[in-house]
Amino acid sequence: MLSNSIVALGQQGLAYMAGAGRAGLLLLGALKPAGRGTKLLPLIIKQLYVVGVQSLVIIVVSGLFIGMVLSLQGYTILVGYGAEQSLGQMVALSLLRELGPVVSALLFAGRAGSALTAEIGLMKATEQLSSLEMMAIDPLHQIIAPRFWAGIISLPLLAAIFSAVGILGGHLVGVDWLGVDTGAFWAIMQSSVEWSEDIVNGAIKSLVFAVVITWIALHKGYDAQPTSEGISKATTATVVQSSLAILGLDFVMTALMFG
Amino acid sequence: MISRKIEVMVGGFLLLGIAAILMLMLKVADHQMGGSETSYRLYAKFDNVGGLKVRSAIKVGGVVVGRVTDISLDNEDFSPVVTMDISSEFNQFPETSSVAILTSGLLGEQFIGLTPGFIDEEENTILAAGDHIEDTRSAMVLEDLIGQFLYGNNDE
Repeated sequence: MLSNSIVALGQQGLAYMAGAGRAGLLLLGALKPAGRGTKLLPLIIKQLYVVGVQSLVIIVVSGLFIGMVLSLQGYTILVGYGAEQSLGQMVALSLLRELGPVVSALLFAGRAGSALTAEIGLMKATEQLSSLEMMAIDPLHQIIAPRFWAGIISLPLLAAIFSAVGILGGHLVGVDWLGVDTGAFWAIMQSSVEWSEDIVNGAIKSLVFAVVITWIALHKGYDAQPTSEGISKATTATVVQSSLAILGLDFVMTALMFG
Repeated sequence: MISRKIEVMVGGFLLLGIAAILMLMLKVADHQMGGSETSYRLYAKFDNVGGLKVRSAIKVGGVVVGRVTDISLDNEDFSPVVTMDISSEFNQFPETSSVAILTSGLLGEQFIGLTPGFIDEEENTILAAGDHIEDTRSAMVLEDLIGQFLYGNNDE
């Protein structure tokens, strides 16, 4: 009885380690420069459309509403201290440091990561990947690499758009609705936001999230059981694991950057 | 092959992303483009720096001329030494200038106020890099003020 559970634990551990190893090999294989004949750029552009452009609507709409809610909540708290002029600072710093990178990464994991996993899983189930191999085309170069690069390019841009739209949304509610002075809104924001401290650190965060999300999504899809149940499990695992990884890594990076 | 529509959309997406970064950079952070500003370094010894922080502003008549880059303790007489980087644009402060730690508003953040002194015609007494400003006034500590107030009242 006891030995059985030890065996089960060992099997799980081995399976986990093997999965991590396959994920590493997948990334290595995708990053290895492709041989002659593989044109990466057109493939990346196609994937930028799927991963980036099609995520734009959800990012812009969520950014707008999160900025507006932040502004509304911040105003009701700050006005109690007579400090409602600092609204711009509060909205901009919370968006640039935390909410922009994290929320856009969570949305990206749900919108683009799950789609990547499902697409690659289905390619595997319908043996498209094997047919590529049969035609002497490396699926890592043809399928995985362009999706990986597209994810890495898209997410930091999406996070920047998210923060920018959120600040405009905060301005909309704070200045145009609640009557905070527009000059004070921008001036206090500008004096408190630092280029290297806040914006670059936020960009580093979203770059790390981009690597993690696309890596998990591609690995889960490439490693999926080639059945409909397997694809559904892999898609769920992508969203759950990348969301947890985002939140965990965010704490670690925040502690390192602002701690 | 990729259709033209997709290429245009991707180009638009990249442009939008770059525009967002530029907006954050110029409008939100008010980041100055090009040319790292040159500065020179001055030191000042205070009795008490209060709530002064690294990166606090140094102002002359309300205009920011530099930033505090370091606050350390002199190991011999145990008084805090503030290192200040002043923009090279403003390099004509006489040696008789004084610095004081001021507070913006009653509970606002603290900054260094630099008051330029008179210029001695006979000697060349412009503050240069590495100089110490001798005439300093320490931070106002609210607790000390309250203590003095109470003590003063008891005295009468």
